[in-house]
Amino acid sequence: MTTHLRLPLPKPIQDIIHPPPTPGVLGVFSYLDSTLDAIKKLRAAGHTEFTVYSPVPRHEIEDALGQSVSPVRAFTLIGGIAGCAIGAWLSLWMSYDWPVVVGGKPVGSIPPYVIIMFEMTILFGALSTILGIVFNAAFAARRSGTIQYDERFTNDRFGIFVPADSSQASGVESLLKQSGAEEVRRG
Amino acid sequence: MAEHAPPSRVTYDYVTRTIARTLGSPTRGYFLLLGAAVALLLVGIVTLLYLLRYGLGLAGYSHPVYWAVFITCFVFWVGIAHSGTLISAILFLFRSGWRTAVYRTAEAMTVFAVMTAGLFPLIHIGRQWYFYWLIPYPNERGLWPNFKSPLIWDEFAIGTYFTVSTVFLIMGLIPDIAAVRDLATGWRKKLYALTSLGWTGANEQWRHYTRGYLYLAALATPLVLSVHSVVSWDFAMAIVPGWHATLFAPYFVAGAIYSGVAMVITLLVPIRKLFHLEEIITLHHFENLAKLCLLTGSIVSFSYMTENFVAWFSGNPHERAAFWYRAFGEYWWASWTMNICNGLLPWLLWSKTVRTNITALFVISIFVNIGMWFERYVIIVVSLAGEPYEPWANAVYNPTWADWGIMAGSFGWFFMWFLLFVKNFPAVSISEVKEVLPPPKRQAARAGAH
Repeated sequence: MTTHLRLPLPKPIQDIIHPPPTPGVLGVFSYLDSTLDAIKKLRAAGHTEFTVYSPVPRHEIEDALGQSVSPVRAFTLIGGIAGCAIGAWLSLWMSYDWPVVVGGKPVGSIPPYVIIMFEMTILFGALSTILGIVFNAAFAARRSGTIQYDERFTNDRFGIFVPADSSQASGVESLLKQSGAEEVRRG
Repeated sequence: MAEHAPPSRVTYDYVTRTIARTLGSPTRGYFLLLGAAVALLLVGIVTLLYLLRYGLGLAGYSHPVYWAVFITCFVFWVGIAHSGTLISAILFLFRSGWRTAVYRTAEAMTVFAVMTAGLFPLIHIGRQWYFYWLIPYPNERGLWPNFKSPLIWDEFAIGTYFTVSTVFLIMGLIPDIAAVRDLATGWRKKLYALTSLGWTGANEQWRHYTRGYLYLAALATPLVLSVHSVVSWDFAMAIVPGWHATLFAPYFVAGAIYSGVAMVITLLVPIRKLFHLEEIITLHHFENLAKLCLLTGSIVSFSYMTENFVAWFSGNPHERAAFWYRAFGEYWWASWTMNICNGLLPWLLWSKTVRTNITALFVISIFVNIGMWFERYVIIVVSLAGEPYEPWANAVYNPTWADWGIMAGSFGWFFMWFLLFVKNFPAVSISEVKEVLPPPKRQAARAGAH
């Protein structure tokens, strides 16, 4: 045994890097309609915290889950406005910091600076959108480390993981099987 | 769309495996191509070393032509970069299903073409180690860049375009890297596990991802149209006859998309063949690309006519002289190459037979790119050489081996990155190709069984 030579990490960091697995049931589905069927039945049975895996984004799944609109849009908006402001500040402040007066024309002239403001709007808007996706999806990724996953979910299978303790597990299992899961695993 | 429905054996699994197979061990042909690209790049590097040692005088600059092949190549490569974001962002917003099979190639091409374009201003300034003067940074003399200069607009536009198209490419890649991760073994599995950032396709991930992708597309769309407009203002803001036209922005954008789409065709034809992607990239896709070429090519031809008409109609003798010089001066051959390749050749694409003949499209696409390179040469070099304000200083500019060496190097640099990309990352989007397939349904499976 060489594993004991590793330095033990403090508990909260250990929990983040190697989170303890969440007990629950994983169903693997071949078909989109049976997946949707299972989602509806799970919601009717009062489950809310389950995860649906799919190889492609499908609006049917979104609708069946009744998800709200992603908060990424707020990131895009704030980033875009900030970028525009930074572009205006950059070009105007720098012009007045070292004024080059040509033919008595204004030192800070807005029309050419609109181009800088436009480019900075796009740049900051796009970068903060990425930040928004990573920031928001990080919570999902954090949870995905603790729940069951199957390598077929990025290929051609749909999946549903329902967190359930041992008292609920058999009920969830039969619900998933009933909806047409081709495989049900407990973990 | 029904007539273009994919054959039933093109299932989710087929798509994943066919595209993942492109990442297998490289063949001898691949190494030959990569070797050729690296050899070209070496030619460029050696030429650059000579330029550094002996100065820009080795290039063919002669008064008043101080913007020449390097700037021509810069505009050419920036133009190539335009169709990628057009296909990935604008057609995404238009919900064009056919873009899914070709957009990854176009996007990768965009990123590498901007990387190539970015080299040219640096080579052109001669002293590359002073490039940081372009960046607004606090310095001891309190100097700042002049934001009224189109060259600074260009720097902001190209910088933003490079950043945004790179993150756009990477965003699109994440679910696909996850898909190949789940099939790969060995060191590739480790690489893909790291670069897929923990993607599992969970509903929470898709929820943020699809929204974010939509906004990225919405931001990239005006960006595509703006970048080449800003590049065109590098010229249009000056008073040189042949440059100073309000037409330039739309004319350059259409030309950029035209050359970019042609380059996508040039790249897709061999990739499709080498990687056996015939079922995924079909004739239908090529035909649509050809239609885009026809549309933008027609806008370009129309711009040529407008330019010449306005030069005559303006009554301005300098403007008239510049366009006369363009067509019948020392550089008549460059102008007529441009007119024939860009103005006449796309008319062949009105024929469906030509649009659906891949060999014909491949040949036309190469000629379009030759024509588009000459368009920039004509605009930049010929306008300067025929400049009427200093009639005693007119020179016939001739590119030297240094110009051609750097240009060859740029092709090597571009193709090297592109070849490395297609062998290491999915060159066709896996998840988006699946998105336009009919999803597997139990009802359909039952009906099929009866």
